Amino acid sequence: MDLGPYLVLATLEGAVTAAVLALTAVGLSLVFGVMRVVNIAHGEFFMLGAVIAWALAHGLSGHPAVGFGVALVVAPLVVGALAVAADMTILKRLDYDPERTIVATIGLLYIIQQLTLMGYGPDARPVAAPFNTRLAIPWFEKGAEGWQMIWPWGLGTTSYKLAVIAAAVAVLCAVWALMARSRIGLVMRATQSDREMALAFGIPVERVYALVFGLGAGLAALAAVLIVPIQQAHYLMGADPLLLSFVVVIIGGLGSLPGTVVAAVLIGLSDGIISVFFSPTLAKILATLLVGLVLVFRPQGLFGKRGG
Amino acid sequence: MRVYALHAGLIVLLFALHFLLPAYHHGNLARVMVLASYAIGYNILFGYTGLLSLGHALFFAAGLYGMGLGIQHLGLAPAPAFLLGLVAGAVVSGGLALLALRTSGVAFMIVTLMFAQAGYLTLLYFGTYTRGDEGFVIAQASRALWGIDLSDPGNRYLAALILFGTCLLLSLWLVRTPFGRVLVAIRENEERVRMLGYDTFAHKLAAMVISGTIAAAAGAGYGLLFGYAGATFASVQYSIFPLLWVLLGGAGTVLGPFVGTLFMFYLIDLSSGITTAYMLIAGVVLVALTLFAPQGLMGEVRRRLWKGLP
Repeated sequence: MDLGPYLVLATLEGAVTAAVLALTAVGLSLVFGVMRVVNIAHGEFFMLGAVIAWALAHGLSGHPAVGFGVALVVAPLVVGALAVAADMTILKRLDYDPERTIVATIGLLYIIQQLTLMGYGPDARPVAAPFNTRLAIPWFEKGAEGWQMIWPWGLGTTSYKLAVIAAAVAVLCAVWALMARSRIGLVMRATQSDREMALAFGIPVERVYALVFGLGAGLAALAAVLIVPIQQAHYLMGADPLLLSFVVVIIGGLGSLPGTVVAAVLIGLSDGIISVFFSPTLAKILATLLVGLVLVFRPQGLFGKRGG
Repeated sequence: MRVYALHAGLIVLLFALHFLLPAYHHGNLARVMVLASYAIGYNILFGYTGLLSLGHALFFAAGLYGMGLGIQHLGLAPAPAFLLGLVAGAVVSGGLALLALRTSGVAFMIVTLMFAQAGYLTLLYFGTYTRGDEGFVIAQASRALWGIDLSDPGNRYLAALILFGTCLLLSLWLVRTPFGRVLVAIRENEERVRMLGYDTFAHKLAAMVISGTIAAAAGAGYGLLFGYAGATFASVQYSIFPLLWVLLGGAGTVLGPFVGTLFMFYLIDLSSGITTAYMLIAGVVLVALTLFAPQGLMGEVRRRLWKGLP
């Protein structure tokens, strides 16, 4: 293949990464924006979503779509409920102090990870996609008789990958509608902009916090259910999404949802493209250094407006 | 006076244990002392200056690899290699400090975390020299310091004791100097210290370099004494361990890092007999600590028994 088809392939793979990353990162960004809590255990909520999806797909017999469909609804709810419980038993008692919550969520990370290791084991396990038609992509090449359409070997995608992108876009629109158009979104934004004042106006801030923490974790779990037919479920799979979500949230500006989505698309696409041409380790080194330097020299993020 | 007696007493006790302990615990204690030196370094930045770093594994690894690569690829003798490790730690911590200290609070934690992660990935990327995750063994022949074979358990214990004792007394002396007092004041209220005319940036920079260099000394010592260097020592886990040890033992106490390391080491040692998922216990301890004893073990001692404990 020439460079062109490679680039198309990398962009498609990158778009799938970007879609899943956007969901995960929006969850992290929501928690940070409203609660001012840096949730180190976010990647583990992602991993839990994937593991629950495997358990459901494995436990329910019949067409793969049945188990997957159930997982799509159940996994985010279960993970969200767990997160709400963690918020009410641990984070609330720390008064959401930024430094102590970081230490506590590191502890939570280890607890979730190791409990999964004990219950689920160290193997990576696949989940069948509900539908998986291969779609070849045509390419135009100038041959002896002028331009003609060819079907290069290996250039193609699956219907499932396209569905992942569409689903992510739909969920992101729903989150936007929730935040911008609904009453509960209004309450969340009020809490975000001034906690004391929200409390004075009778908003149950602690319940809002629990809800936001659960919503953030649920989004991560949903992203994981979507990606698990492409990757595999593994108890250590939370590390990469966590790191990349941090990258995205910081570059997009801490707590800014539109910035987060733009940064996710940017990082997902460039990660896909860089990984095709260079070593994935080098891509990660560049991404982590970029985050560090952005935080040092532009703490409001590349797209943020106010100082952080 | 009582303060010096207490700390000298600990070192004498550890020296006496050299002759008393059975081989298994003797080996464990040597390891605990080296790791406690790492925690002492961490405590100077976190406990006394109030800066929570999530990237100290970078400094530990700088010492470990500065020493290890010096022996492996430059053919250095152990003493200059150890020095090279210290210099590497000082340079890396100084460089990171210049960048990271422009930020504060949560941003400081994430910046240190990100640079440490980049350092870890760099170690993996240059796998031809560092052998990545697999690591490399430092040959027994090149671990003889002035004719003393450091791979011998007896010599190893005493060398670890010397390293630990030096770090302990250094940190005790440091926090009682005017410089150390300013660090504590920065932890309590940085604005006020700046108003009083102190250059807080210079003090924080110095604290981070001292902290990083002690961590590097522990890393280089670990490599020399136990003969192994691997990229795992640069991973996030090894940045979180000293935080855990210091929190457990008591942040901002001189003895805390040692108490915390000892406690955690035996907690994991005993629990790994029961389950392979021993990190679960680390997680539960972390959560329980932030909830119930934010002062740590020695912090509770200071609060209840002895107010003047340094």
